[in-house]
Amino acid sequence: MASEPQGGLTGYITHHLTHHVLVLGDGGNPFMRINLDTLVVSFLLGALFCLWFWVKARRATSGVPSKGQAFVELIVEFVDTQVKDTFHGDRRTVTPLALSIFMWVAFMNAMDLLPLDAPGWTVKAAAGEEAAHHTFFRWVPTADLNTTLAIAVAVLLIVFGHAIKAKGAGGFGKELLTAPFHAHGVGAKIALAPANLLLNLIEYFSKPVSLSMRLFGNMYGGELVFMLIAGLFASWLSFVPGVVFNTAWAIFHILIILLQAFIFMMLTIVYIATAHEHH
Amino acid sequence: MNVNMTFLGQLVSFAILVWFTTKFIWPQLNHAIEERQKKVADGLAAAEKARAELKDADARAAVEIRQARQQAAEIIEKAQAQANQIVDKARTDALAEANRLKAAAAEEIASMQQKAREELRGWVGRLAVQGAAKIVQREIDVSAHKAMLDQLAAEM
Repeated sequence: MASEPQGGLTGYITHHLTHHVLVLGDGGNPFMRINLDTLVVSFLLGALFCLWFWVKARRATSGVPSKGQAFVELIVEFVDTQVKDTFHGDRRTVTPLALSIFMWVAFMNAMDLLPLDAPGWTVKAAAGEEAAHHTFFRWVPTADLNTTLAIAVAVLLIVFGHAIKAKGAGGFGKELLTAPFHAHGVGAKIALAPANLLLNLIEYFSKPVSLSMRLFGNMYGGELVFMLIAGLFASWLSFVPGVVFNTAWAIFHILIILLQAFIFMMLTIVYIATAHEHH
Repeated sequence: MNVNMTFLGQLVSFAILVWFTTKFIWPQLNHAIEERQKKVADGLAAAEKARAELKDADARAAVEIRQARQQAAEIIEKAQAQANQIVDKARTDALAEANRLKAAAAEEIASMQQKAREELRGWVGRLAVQGAAKIVQREIDVSAHKAMLDQLAAEM
């Protein structure tokens, strides 16, 4: 997907920000579309994570670990320590959840470090310039709101599950109406119930929004910066600065990749921990 | 950034991923980690115990070595005393034996002297009788003069 002479940098960026879309039905409903690139890449990365950790977990010994096992255990223990510090309860489902989020998000974020034009070159080499011009492929799944929102909503559902399990359906419903403003007396309680419910709904709604938007924004922005830097490579004059900026941004991006994955994981743990707290 | 069916796809993918991690990855790894932690803790405790035991054994060994040394010294002393005793006894025995042998030899000499003397007496008696017979030119009845001859022999 080399930059087109007539499109310039804007055309190049627009091209790179277009998904490989599979249209379901007649295409009239904008929801009935599938971003095939996001789905395939994220699925492959998830499978890679599963395969890697599964192989190590299957061969795991309590004796002297191999280097591979030690590395995997390092990650697992790192995640488990975070969970232990924040969440005081049965960790049998919480730690795997945190581990999945951390590894999957980190893997998907790391796709940002692969060359922007690699899919385009592959298509160009295989099918020619014309085919590449009409092929769209974005391979950073977390720069697609669908991915981040899906994980965030899943986290919210899990948080609901934890809240209901900890307090019972009745207790959870009651808390929606009676917290955070506490009142004494039936009349006052009824008067405060709408305000409490509204606040709680906003609070619960804001959780997936902030979770998904933070990750999406960081990765989308990071990708965009890579594209802008790639624009420098269009001229020999700006080639060397382009290389410098590209390297600098990539190194900085390593931090963002892991930091965003860590933040997503930590917030998930914090939400689950607060779901267990009684007001 | 339009949300579409991909959202549902990712939701399902995430659910599968979490299920897989919960079922096949976390329990095994956690089990291995916890077991190793226990092993390490046990090992450290065992090392601590072994160190204490070693200290104990060292002290005991020192005491025993001291005792053994003392015993050895006692045994050597006793052995020397016994050896001295044996040498002394041997010397005494040898002396006694020598004395005994000397006494026996002296006795034998005495008895042989006595015997020789007896024999000499007999001979003298007979010589005297023969001499006397020659002198008187006749047979002397030995049996008739025995008493006289014996007296003569005894006087010699």
